[in-house]
Amino acid sequence: MVQYIQTRLLLTIPVLLGVSFLTFSILHLIPGDPARILLGDMGGGAAAGDTSDAAYENLREELGLNDPFLVQYVNYVKKAATGDFGRSFQTNRPVRDSIMEVLPYTLQLTVVGLGFAIIFGGILGIVAALNRNTWIDSLTMVFSLFGLAMPSFWLGFILIQIFALRWTLLPSTGTEGIKTLILPALTLGLVASGVVARLVRSTMLEVLRQEYVTTARSKGLSERIVILRHALRNALIPVVTIVGLQFGGLLSGAVIIETVFARRGLGRLAAEAVLRRDFPMVQGTILVAAIGYVIVNLLVDLSYAWLDPRIKYR
Amino acid sequence: MEQSAAVGAPAAQLPIVAARSRRREFVRALMRNKGALAGLIILVLLILAAIFAPVITTYDPIQISPRDRTLPPSRDHWMGTDAFGRDIYTRVVYGARVSLPVGLIAVSIAATAGAILGLIAGYYGRLADGIIMRIIDIMLAFPNIMLALVIVAILGPSIRNVMIAVGIGEIPRYTRLIRGQVLSARELLYVEAARVVGVPTRKILFRHILPNVVGPVIVLGTLSVGAAILAAAGLSFLGLGAQPPRAEWGAMLADGRQFLRSHWWVATMPGLAIALTVLSINMFGDGLRDILDPRIRT
Repeated sequence: MVQYIQTRLLLTIPVLLGVSFLTFSILHLIPGDPARILLGDMGGGAAAGDTSDAAYENLREELGLNDPFLVQYVNYVKKAATGDFGRSFQTNRPVRDSIMEVLPYTLQLTVVGLGFAIIFGGILGIVAALNRNTWIDSLTMVFSLFGLAMPSFWLGFILIQIFALRWTLLPSTGTEGIKTLILPALTLGLVASGVVARLVRSTMLEVLRQEYVTTARSKGLSERIVILRHALRNALIPVVTIVGLQFGGLLSGAVIIETVFARRGLGRLAAEAVLRRDFPMVQGTILVAAIGYVIVNLLVDLSYAWLDPRIKYR
Repeated sequence: MEQSAAVGAPAAQLPIVAARSRRREFVRALMRNKGALAGLIILVLLILAAIFAPVITTYDPIQISPRDRTLPPSRDHWMGTDAFGRDIYTRVVYGARVSLPVGLIAVSIAATAGAILGLIAGYYGRLADGIIMRIIDIMLAFPNIMLALVIVAILGPSIRNVMIAVGIGEIPRYTRLIRGQVLSARELLYVEAARVVGVPTRKILFRHILPNVVGPVIVLGTLSVGAAILAAAGLSFLGLGAQPPRAEWGAMLADGRQFLRSHWWVATMPGLAIALTVLSINMFGDGLRDILDPRIRT
């Protein structure tokens, strides 16, 4: 087990190197000179004119922009490995500090949102499977179809209209406090619970046909124990996979939802960095998101062994 | 796939009749599947609306009309008007002209690239497989929306670039699916036979293997057109796709933000349009999956 984890962790290194290399090279393809952007932002007006040629050259040298591309990349990786992602072109603060500041907000949003999706979607899926081909089943599946078709940004608007504007129960925007978390997390969770419900339903149906479920029933176990202890646990494996993938894609959902609710977070930080050509910030946020993806997928794989003792890792 | 195996035997003797009856069987199965049929009907109506947009609307989707600002739904403007006095119904109909092709083209980009990569990885194995699948792993770890953001940052915000970005983001799924299919198709007897008699590899790949793995790709393709439309609308919502004054659903929704309290219809109508379109595509796709390949699940 320990060895398996070690191997897996080692295997993540090439993936992270690949991601960082891809980001690094793409960003170097973007037209626009970071030193000019930086001077334009700091000096204001015509700072990039002839008079500041010396300053411009100094800055290029300081940023390492005069080095060959590969040298720049290797230097970046060396620093990134120690947690130093450079300084933001925009604010001149260390990228790591900015990311660490907003990361908890995005994690809260994702964990609460997906937690809601798992519980709500899971219950819906089980209920639908147990009432197969009845109106309950149909209703649940219609709900999940809507969940899949609903643009999260529109759902966010609807929730704002109802809970923030009409009933004024919850704030529509902001980041501080639990109350500001509810609507964004609900938006994320409702959309994701559609997928979860469908998946739980179909795997439950498959599991319920298995012999060990029949055995458990014929032993005289109560239906609740059969479902919760025997069937559900086995039905969870595909669910964990999908939820892991969704969690891995947390940044994608976060960009839109954080924009809708004007929340601080990794997604908005990343989106704004791209629009402002803040290269170090873009690289940092993408790398952190990729690390999150890799870790979550490792946890997902490890959870298989816990869910299904037949699966062993060596 | 099981189905084609079942009709495989008579097909060898009576290929034309078998093909025809298989098509008839497909149509009959589709008719029985109420959800799929409903999805298909709505989808066809949406496509017709997109094609005949100028015929079924009376206003101009772009021309502003300050006197008619944010009018509520009425007989003249049955979805109301937006902040520039434009008829929302007209803009929603014209929006179908953007979203439907965007979804279709993005998926075509992904499926084509995924098919080529998947065929190579699956058929040649070894080094090619190793390299391609590692690249796919990297793409998967790369947040989709960041990929799109970066592509848009390079190429500039436009609906065409969003289409490319969404398409590239979907490549990994197709590559994986097709590679898996090819891995099993490669071992089939007729492929081996073709190899033995000296059919060139390219011909084996495209003439013999590809047609046999295409069923699941069609299913995934249909289902992901909806997802692609959502993704593209999301990017336009963020201001990275369609630029004003173009009638695009995601951008229209973003315009409605400031009117959530006072003029609900501005954001609601394009939202409904997106949801209805994606819903109908998914219902049709679900039905296709049930008919063509009951084994795949989402």
